[in-house]
Amino acid sequence: MEPVWEYAPAPESRDIAGAKPSYRMFVDGQFVEGAGEPLKSINPATEEVLTEVSTASPSDVDNAVKAARRAYDKTWRKMPGNERAKYIFRIARMIAERARELAVLESLDNGKPIKESRDADIPTASAHFFYHAGWADKLEYAGLGADPKPIGVAGQIIPWNFPLLMAAWKIAPALACGNTVVLKPAETTPLTALVLAEICQQAELPPGVVNILPGAGDVGAELVNHEQVDKIAFTGSTEVGKLIQRSLAGKGKKLTLELGGKAANVVFDDAPLDQAVEGIVNGIFFNQGHVCCAGSRLLVQESVAEELLDKLRKRISTLRLGDPLDKNTDIGAINSAEQLAKIRELTAAGEAEGASRWTSPCPVPERGFFFAPTIFADVQQSMRIAREEIFGPVLSVLTFRTPDEAVSKANNTPYGLSAGVWTEKGSRILWLAGKMRAGVVWANTFNRFDPTAPFGGYQESGFGREGGRTGLEAYLDE
Amino acid sequence: MATPTTRSASGLPAELAEATRDDTALRRFLHGLPGVDQVGVEQRAAGLATRSIKKASKLWAIDTAIGMVDLTTLEGADTEGRVRSLCAKARRPDPDRPETPPAAAVCVYPDLAECAVKALDGTGIGVASVATVFPSGRSSRAVKLADTELAVRAGASEVDMVIDRGAFLSGRYMQIFEEIQSIKEAAGSAHLKVILETGELATYDNVRRASWLALLAGGDFIKTSTGKVSPAATLPVTHVMLQAVHDWYVATGELRGVKPAGGIRTTKDAIRYLVAVREVAGPEWLSSRLFRFGASSLLGDLVLQRRTQLDGHYSAPDYVAVD
Amino acid sequence: MSERIDIAKTYKLYVGGAFPRSESGRSYQVTDSRGKFLANAAQASRKDVRDAVAAARKAFPGWSGATAYNRGQVLYRVAEMLQGRREQFLNELAASEGVPVKRAQSIVDTAIDRWVWYAGWTDKVATVLGAANPVAGPYFCFTVPEPTGVVGVFAPQQSSLLGLVSVLAPVLAGGNTAVLIASQDRPLPAITLSEVLATSDLPGGVANVLTGRTGELAPWLVSHADVNAVDLCGTPESQRAELERSAANTVKRVVPAPAHEPDWMAAPDIRRLRGYLEPKTVWHPMGV
Repeated sequence: MEPVWEYAPAPESRDIAGAKPSYRMFVDGQFVEGAGEPLKSINPATEEVLTEVSTASPSDVDNAVKAARRAYDKTWRKMPGNERAKYIFRIARMIAERARELAVLESLDNGKPIKESRDADIPTASAHFFYHAGWADKLEYAGLGADPKPIGVAGQIIPWNFPLLMAAWKIAPALACGNTVVLKPAETTPLTALVLAEICQQAELPPGVVNILPGAGDVGAELVNHEQVDKIAFTGSTEVGKLIQRSLAGKGKKLTLELGGKAANVVFDDAPLDQAVEGIVNGIFFNQGHVCCAGSRLLVQESVAEELLDKLRKRISTLRLGDPLDKNTDIGAINSAEQLAKIRELTAAGEAEGASRWTSPCPVPERGFFFAPTIFADVQQSMRIAREEIFGPVLSVLTFRTPDEAVSKANNTPYGLSAGVWTEKGSRILWLAGKMRAGVVWANTFNRFDPTAPFGGYQESGFGREGGRTGLEAYLDE
Repeated sequence: MATPTTRSASGLPAELAEATRDDTALRRFLHGLPGVDQVGVEQRAAGLATRSIKKASKLWAIDTAIGMVDLTTLEGADTEGRVRSLCAKARRPDPDRPETPPAAAVCVYPDLAECAVKALDGTGIGVASVATVFPSGRSSRAVKLADTELAVRAGASEVDMVIDRGAFLSGRYMQIFEEIQSIKEAAGSAHLKVILETGELATYDNVRRASWLALLAGGDFIKTSTGKVSPAATLPVTHVMLQAVHDWYVATGELRGVKPAGGIRTTKDAIRYLVAVREVAGPEWLSSRLFRFGASSLLGDLVLQRRTQLDGHYSAPDYVAVD
Repeated sequence: MSERIDIAKTYKLYVGGAFPRSESGRSYQVTDSRGKFLANAAQASRKDVRDAVAAARKAFPGWSGATAYNRGQVLYRVAEMLQGRREQFLNELAASEGVPVKRAQSIVDTAIDRWVWYAGWTDKVATVLGAANPVAGPYFCFTVPEPTGVVGVFAPQQSSLLGLVSVLAPVLAGGNTAVLIASQDRPLPAITLSEVLATSDLPGGVANVLTGRTGELAPWLVSHADVNAVDLCGTPESQRAELERSAANTVKRVVPAPAHEPDWMAAPDIRRLRGYLEPKTVWHPMGV
């Protein structure tokens, strides 16, 4: 027998995160105690309490909005674009300087593997600030008229799947366009946003330009309904997005929404199969599948379905699940007990509805919220696992016979955030890219993000874009 | 685990046997293989290269890598003296630490194979001889066969042949297929490694086609490079080749080997290759029977790093034998 | 010799390229600005809304898939036909809006010019709003604006021709298909425009025009799940908040109603075009 080569544990030290026993909210340039019920942020990989975070009460929201309003009226809107840019550049650099600390903290708080927070979340967050900083003094070239104006105070509500990165996606364009912000990070992942607040402070950003209010949905609702908030930007579930759109009805506030998805990843028989396997794996298992644009529906041409699934199962078997801080971990922890319960419920529904389940035989830690990578074959369009967003490491596999069938199945969803296509035939890629009712189409790749590339959805995946010139439209008055 | 074997073409699954029926069928088969997306394969290789190998797993990797080295000298200035000193190093890579495993083989030109065979007699260390007018492969079939016979007569247990890249790039696949078959026959019981010279094939699609061509023709190993052309071995090229031997195994049940050669100089590099072996082909390939490093300076660094692991402090080149 | 009696026009709906009466069989009286009877207009029902949305959805793949050049030619053809019917529009406008002839001329001419302006946008909007994105990696990445889909348009209540053209043309120029609810009290120019559309190479179903009670039709059109965007311009003020809430049920894009009907004579910009476009970003690796 050959000896089996097992990788020794290679954990990043959790001390690098510099996690403090308690965190406070950030209002008007100061860290202050919130009057809301403090929340306990837990490490989803161990279920241990990581730290305590103060949350905002309605009067805290009011104070923060007023601070943002003051900063907007007195400082930020009047500041020349090139000066605004310098602050945003500073923030970009300081995120990069503290990248390792932020990566470890993100993995502790969120459960995502350190290799992803280190190689994707944190560098891309820094890049977003860097990119948008450059826009601040060039807005007259954004195609929105000779002298486009900021909107005012932006209320921003972000999800738990990419905590710092989503904060960057929201704050960077808002600031570049001359708005001030009140941002509410997700209840389960407030920590890196509060380090970002510290960075804003160290960058000497004028007080009130950025305010960070941890808390649950009630703080978000308070922010959405505050009279002095001019614009709401929300990333999260379609369900909450609809609530926000409803509650803003008739109020005349600007709104952009980046919501759920149920992306189809379409593999043709002439695809570069090994890279398609990588793309499928990256599409659904990146960040434990907690990705709104995850390629959660694999549509594979019948003639290669068996071969592709064999390759896929073998590849998925090599994925290493476990300690998010281990540098060799591919799949970390599910962010919360609630999310784990939802994934379990939907996978149970998949089995009950007759789909064939395969789950990676990888070992699963006894403590913490973990879910082994899972594939459902023989999935039909009518099943819940083909229609509902699972937001976990669960792939539903459907087959098709012709390009038209692939398109009609891919588009057969109220969502429209992203889509994937794999084929070596160039003209087919462009044909399919045109037919997909989705805001982002990845051809022979998946889950690529860049500050220069607009991102956002069709239909119930929301409206408005983030990134690129188009993304500025969300923060400039028309 | 089975040793690599090559069944006759008639022993292959029908679609593979059919693939080599004639020139047209062979071309159709090779061009029908799935494409390789450059960006995708390079990204995957870069991703796997971030694996962090520590402590016991690192020591295991170093010892395994040492046992996979085809310690190579392929210079016009090679002499018997040079070959003998290389053989001594292959037998005892670290004389101060005799438990250090020996290298897998010593790789030389055919006229020096006999010298290496003598120097390694009884050690179990293989003698690999390059052949077929290495490194260019530019001569007649008769000369290439004579070159091979010289190596085999001298006692080489392994023959590293080069394919005719000109023929490959102009699409004469059957010519290469037949040439590999005839060299395989001439090599007799010696294991045949087929050098694709991937740096001259230029695309990953070609690397995949050449890999399958060599496997179809009976190569026991597919090898990246001669070391005389840049780029030599790279991680993504080796990924494509590891995928090919894996797919070959799935199709035929036969285990064939892979040998990256040229440009692999550090322990860090070698460990990245081993990670690729484990995760792309599979753990069963983590054996000198199925994976080799064609290298000259790599062994020295492996020995150095082995000492660092065992001694708990950094070592220096002056403390290991340089050959 | 007795005086010749004019042939009066029967004003009907425009759905799927045909001119049906309302399936409900209802009609309502349209009067001029001084209350004099002008015509009976069809009073569309919720089922007419349903049929119009279905027609618009059916027409969407063809219209959105047509080349921008082709869409531009078709829309320019609409302007040509408008020009040809200038006199008819002058009369209808003068009657329905009660404006002096000179003013009516100016409005009709501006409406024709506006249509030409939007016709010229079809093959430029992607250049102006699209982008090649210089991403940090070996990818070719581009963004193109694509039509949102089926758009429900509530035409302005006051400006029955120029306002109508100003809200409908950008929807069509972007490659969307439309279901338009005409001004309730001034529907006749909308129907005459339908006749122009029907004879202008515009494929049936691309634009559908309903006349009737705006307040009755609005909840059905705005709540319809196969409608992707709505322009609430001509909706009754009392219903707007509720309509926006209803639009949220399927995350529709909403172009809110202005507090007061704007001066449609003012030069337009591309906001209305942008309102019904979805930027789509496409990535592909670059390698050999």
